[in-house]
Amino acid sequence: MTLYTSTVRTPVAKSRLWAKIGENTLYAVGLPIVLLLIWGVVASVAPAKFFPAPQKIAVAFSSTWLGEAFINDVLPSLARLSIAIIIAVIVGIAAGTLIGLTRWLRELLEPLLEFFRAIPPPVLIPVFVVFLGVTDSMKIVVIAFGAIWPVLLNTIEGVRSTDAVMSETARSFSLTRSQRLFDLLLPAASPRIMAGVRQTLSVALIMMVISELFYSSAGLGYQIKYFQQTYLIAEMWSGIVLLGLIGVLLAVIFGFVERRVLRWYHGIKEVERA
Amino acid sequence: MTTATPTTASTGHRRRRNLGTLRRAVLGTIGVVGFLAAWQLLSTLRIINPEQLPSATDTFAQLGALLRDLEFWRNIGRTMTAWAIGLAIATLVGTVLGTVVGMLPFVRRLTHTMVEFLRPIPSVAFIPLVILMLGLQMPAALVIIVYASFWQVFVQVLYGVADIDTVARDTARSFGLTRASQLRNLVLPTALPYLMTGVRLAAAVALILAVTAEMTIGNPGLGRQLTLASGIGNYTTVYAIVIVTGLLGLIINIGFRAIERRTLSWHQSVRGDVAS
Repeated sequence: MTLYTSTVRTPVAKSRLWAKIGENTLYAVGLPIVLLLIWGVVASVAPAKFFPAPQKIAVAFSSTWLGEAFINDVLPSLARLSIAIIIAVIVGIAAGTLIGLTRWLRELLEPLLEFFRAIPPPVLIPVFVVFLGVTDSMKIVVIAFGAIWPVLLNTIEGVRSTDAVMSETARSFSLTRSQRLFDLLLPAASPRIMAGVRQTLSVALIMMVISELFYSSAGLGYQIKYFQQTYLIAEMWSGIVLLGLIGVLLAVIFGFVERRVLRWYHGIKEVERA
Repeated sequence: MTTATPTTASTGHRRRRNLGTLRRAVLGTIGVVGFLAAWQLLSTLRIINPEQLPSATDTFAQLGALLRDLEFWRNIGRTMTAWAIGLAIATLVGTVLGTVVGMLPFVRRLTHTMVEFLRPIPSVAFIPLVILMLGLQMPAALVIIVYASFWQVFVQVLYGVADIDTVARDTARSFGLTRASQLRNLVLPTALPYLMTGVRLAAAVALILAVTAEMTIGNPGLGRQLTLASGIGNYTTVYAIVIVTGLLGLIINIGFRAIERRTLSWHQSVRGDVAS
């Protein structure tokens, strides 16, 4: 089936184009700016103890994070986070494909997987500490354990729901096992897998902070807790802002990767919608 | 790999499905029993130091002792109370805000940046702040729980409201349905599956945060009992509490999936599932 969709593009008049861009930017930054202004005015008229003015937080941000702390606390945290995410994604996809393809294995493990994924990951921190001590690998394992479930379960589902006609066709054209895996199964499952990865990222960020709240002496989570205990409110807020920025950064990177991996998929969706 | 071929004879079909259920139950039981046996052997054969991993029997004995302790049940009650209140607030606020923002394109565009920035902030980052503001009490835990689970509901409702069929919406408008009637007959049926998904996700997240809050803030509950037990090196209790939290999570997951099926029994996604 071929489906040609064509849209006639009429050039937008230059002045209108600029107006459009201006309007979009206004919509994007309007509300945050207004809220920040209100916050700033309120904070300077009637200073609240726990809500320092935005300009103070900005000053604290640059003095706290843009120096030594960036190398000592932020980078190690980010390194642990990325290693754990990579482990969770690779192990999740590999195990998910295996379990999704093997019926007896899936039925054998189903109750166990249901149980283990229901355990709130932070309760395992004391357990992992017993085995691994308070080390980087403990933190990585904690993050990876929490983050693996969305990828794993979505991969299982994605692999299972591969179009039966397609896998029959692939087999009758005697594609090899690895061809079937890499050219059919994984691409077919990739929309679900990517949906899992998206959830994994936010869980991993939460677990990164939690893993540093216990028995830790460095890292982003530890620093925020330290600022609270020493009553450095603006610095503490700057840490929260930094975590927000990391979250946005992860989302942007993910969006970029997803567009590349799922380009074909979004293309199909667009044609279907047209 | 065998793929079940569709049969037209319904009896054969049913028998096969019954066999499938039986097979699943048997294999699942083997899996659980195998896991427990492996756990027991690892510990009793001292492959892993029993100090680090108490045997399954010791752990379940301790679990039995805990279940006879009234204070343990109170702790479960405290954790679940925080969970329920937090989830209820998050669902209410998330649904209302999600519907309002979703139905007004102007507000939606205006708030987009804010949402994209606030949503990724892990709610645990606010733990130090709420400790300062509210002290080591349950309200502090509630803020954390609500913040985390709110986004799950809010975003799903937003998607749900955006999913409204344009033809149906235009039809409703040209038939002159009032706002209230549009909300009841058009928005609610479209957004309900999304809302239910959001609430299910939020319920799981709320439990994680309820326990985490008790571990970090120290308000009474299962999480606090866990940190106290690990502090004095009482690892059978630690493992027993891990099992209990896992079971609580399991019950929540299964329960909310059942509610979802019930409330959406009219919906294509559930009906299609049943037919296949």
